[in-house]
Amino acid sequence: MSGTALLEIKDFSVAFRQSGRETLAVDRISFNIKKGETVAVVGESGSGKSVTGLSVLRLLPTSASHPSGEVLFQGRDLLKLPEQEIRGVRGNDITMVFQEPMTSLNPLHPIGQQITEMLEVHRGMHGEAARKRVIELLKEVGIPNAEERLGSYPHQLSGGQRQRVMIALALANEPELFIADEPTTALDVTVQAQILKLLKELQGRLGMAMLFITHDLNIVRKIADRVCVMKQGKIVEQGPVEEIFKNPQHPYTKALLAAEPKIQPAPPQPDAPSMISANDLKVWYPIKRGLFKKTVGHIKAVDGVTLNIRRGETLGVVGESGSGKTTLGLALLRLISSEGPIVFLGKPIQGLKFKAMRPFRRDMQIVFQDPYGSLSPRMSITDIVSEGLRVHQPKMSPEERDERAAAALKDVGLDPATRHRYPHEFSGGQRQRIAVARAMVLEPTFVVLDEPTSALDMLVQSQIVDLLRDLQKKRELTYLFISHDLRVVAALASHVMVMKDGKIVEQGPAEKLFKAPVSDYTRALFAAAFSLETEQTS
Amino acid sequence: MEQITQTPVLEQHKEKVETKQERLSPINKRRWQNFKSHRRGYWSLWIFSFLFVLSLGAELIANSKPFLVSYDGKWHYPIFQFYPETAFGGDFETETNYRDPEVQKLIKEKNGYMLWPLIPFHYSTINYDVPTPAPSKPTWMYTEEECKAAVAKKADAKSCRDLDQNWLGTDTAARDVTARMIYGFRISVIFGLTLTILSSIIGIAAGAVQGYFGGWVDLTFQRFIEIWTSIPTLYVLLIVAAVLPQGFFILLGILLLFSWTSLVGVVRAEFLRTRNFEYVQAARALGVSNSVLMYRHILPNAMVATLTFMPFILSGSVMTLTALDYLGYGLPPGSPSLGELLNQGRNNLQAPWLGITGFFTVATLLTLLIFIGEAVRDAFDPRKTFS
Repeated sequence: MSGTALLEIKDFSVAFRQSGRETLAVDRISFNIKKGETVAVVGESGSGKSVTGLSVLRLLPTSASHPSGEVLFQGRDLLKLPEQEIRGVRGNDITMVFQEPMTSLNPLHPIGQQITEMLEVHRGMHGEAARKRVIELLKEVGIPNAEERLGSYPHQLSGGQRQRVMIALALANEPELFIADEPTTALDVTVQAQILKLLKELQGRLGMAMLFITHDLNIVRKIADRVCVMKQGKIVEQGPVEEIFKNPQHPYTKALLAAEPKIQPAPPQPDAPSMISANDLKVWYPIKRGLFKKTVGHIKAVDGVTLNIRRGETLGVVGESGSGKTTLGLALLRLISSEGPIVFLGKPIQGLKFKAMRPFRRDMQIVFQDPYGSLSPRMSITDIVSEGLRVHQPKMSPEERDERAAAALKDVGLDPATRHRYPHEFSGGQRQRIAVARAMVLEPTFVVLDEPTSALDMLVQSQIVDLLRDLQKKRELTYLFISHDLRVVAALASHVMVMKDGKIVEQGPAEKLFKAPVSDYTRALFAAAFSLETEQTS
Repeated sequence: MEQITQTPVLEQHKEKVETKQERLSPINKRRWQNFKSHRRGYWSLWIFSFLFVLSLGAELIANSKPFLVSYDGKWHYPIFQFYPETAFGGDFETETNYRDPEVQKLIKEKNGYMLWPLIPFHYSTINYDVPTPAPSKPTWMYTEEECKAAVAKKADAKSCRDLDQNWLGTDTAARDVTARMIYGFRISVIFGLTLTILSSIIGIAAGAVQGYFGGWVDLTFQRFIEIWTSIPTLYVLLIVAAVLPQGFFILLGILLLFSWTSLVGVVRAEFLRTRNFEYVQAARALGVSNSVLMYRHILPNAMVATLTFMPFILSGSVMTLTALDYLGYGLPPGSPSLGELLNQGRNNLQAPWLGITGFFTVATLLTLLIFIGEAVRDAFDPRKTFS
């Protein structure tokens, strides 16, 4: 590796102007990337890491300004380049891959054409030559049957394939620097592992430098040579990956590294009475075709799931997206219609009407994944939390309701004095606490947790996991914990169920299953999720 | 001072804790700021409110009864109370006609006097003292020569200036145009507001039900609305006008039949979008009933689109009423209406004060409403609210 820096960021700041006020998003950061090197920038959401990546290519909105600093790429200051020249740099010398593969590709053009366009603009390649290069690129990023895929539209590809196409686009002109902004966050664990492997391989082969932006320390450990830890727009610590992981200096880095959720699952209760059980549960959506909408087949979202959760236990449901785990949770709570008997606290609840279900609702609650979507933006926190009380204890006085809501907020670690505010004034972690409070205010016995930590930063994730564990202990709750994040499941679940395509692949006590998975699918899933741990121990 | 205990996660929101508990939520405050910064709309709102409040007190501004009558040392308030003519020494048991020279003489004889409103005409008052046959031009435009006859008829009047002033002239029935304009403005706005509010309520309810339940309900209702909106309103009105008597509420009812569909689309779309949001799911998981869910959880989120449309619906309603009055199918004959004024203006081109007054009133009213509507639309624009 040559010693000269390819990209050098010196004393660099970014400020945003909003209704006459300037807010500093990036505060005097300096770092550099050498040729062929991978530098990772990690930090929580809002720490300014994505802004840093975007500003290298000057892709920030016009409300952004740079009070100080310079971005030197091969000796040229990108911030001062005229628009004409920066366009030559974009897509040619420096390319970028974004988080969301669903929206980064134009849905109206076949992928072949989108890559060809890149070659035409920057390389002047046309016709057969361009076509050959596109096929070569697609093969390089591991798309099978590349030639046939040229005419495919983005919606015909899976998320992982789309991200591969994005990478092919980014690599088309053999860039010197490749910026990846959370390229795997929206993907399943197994796909994530594949993409990371691909990136690492490509980098080795093409000798390009990579700026990798992520919030996931495990990815950093796997892929980066050096790491910059960002917090509130500042780089608090930077250095070689091994050194930082072994010997972190800054308290924030230490906190981040310690943020791994503690593995203390609820113990299995083999003798406890059953909380909820389902037998051969099915959620099938008919596929209708033709003039008379004849049912020609079914999409089997949940297909013959049998389960039994005992009081005080936590059943962790894991699987990739589309495996039917969320549908299973909703079906058990009778929020979507399903087939097959469901027994809750000894009473069959399948087929009950909405009104007949209501008495059961206070004992069964749900916490959703997205803390931004699950709270009504137009209701104050106290209204949101006490809504359940209005339904189930209509005779309760408003003062008493308010009191109960305040108590519930206190239980989840929020200041009850803030209860008259609206959801947008709270951070993601606080919002998730509010959602937990809403579920807990009725003192339920059974709670479905649908990816409650997936949308949160690492530090907050482990706080929420601790909170859920404490509540379970205090109130003897039973959880159905749905997640694709195996580390979080390991931290909470006493039993684990692995799902694929609506069917159970494997289930059993967590301890046994994590140690010795039987099926190949489970093993692949675990390898992808825990690969870093296995690397570490070996 | 209240004791605030901070948990670690709350720390970053410290500065917000102090500014809590305000009447408007921050988003609405922001919207109000946006609205205010839209100077044209903001001023239009003030001017419109001022005019509307003023016109609500039309009886105190333009009336054929005086505020106050001092008769025989006692006070009388004819605007607010009924006095038969006998109370002032007249012969009839009916309500006093205070404009009658005989009555005026009776009151004067008992050392009484009358305090008149600014415009001494009700919209239905016929001015028998006009110098030339109706429609007569504004009184201040007459020469002494022209109003000699009228002055002579009136006791203790010496010149044109002593006559009751028709500032904007009279219409074909010798009724004061100013008074009719004020009352016409009021009835237009009230009619428009009532129609807007009622059709919004029905439209929101219909849109909410369609969007929330979706499926067959939605499909059937949508087809129904498509058929319903393709009925030509005007012809139905013509037919109905031939059968039913004309009247404020009948007209309101007929227009309501067709105007409620305007908001359905927006509200339906908003409900369709929102009904599968997680917070709605969460409320459903709490066992919240459908009606409460729609009203408390989804409706507030659909209100932005609705409120944005309202001023435009209001101006549309005013316009419809004016058009119908112009054609003669609107309010019953004799009602003060801007459309009727415009129609008279068209039929009497030799009397331009009719057409000009009607035009300016309608134009001002509609312009104000459109400006307010634009400002409201901009204020609720999420790109402006959150940028």
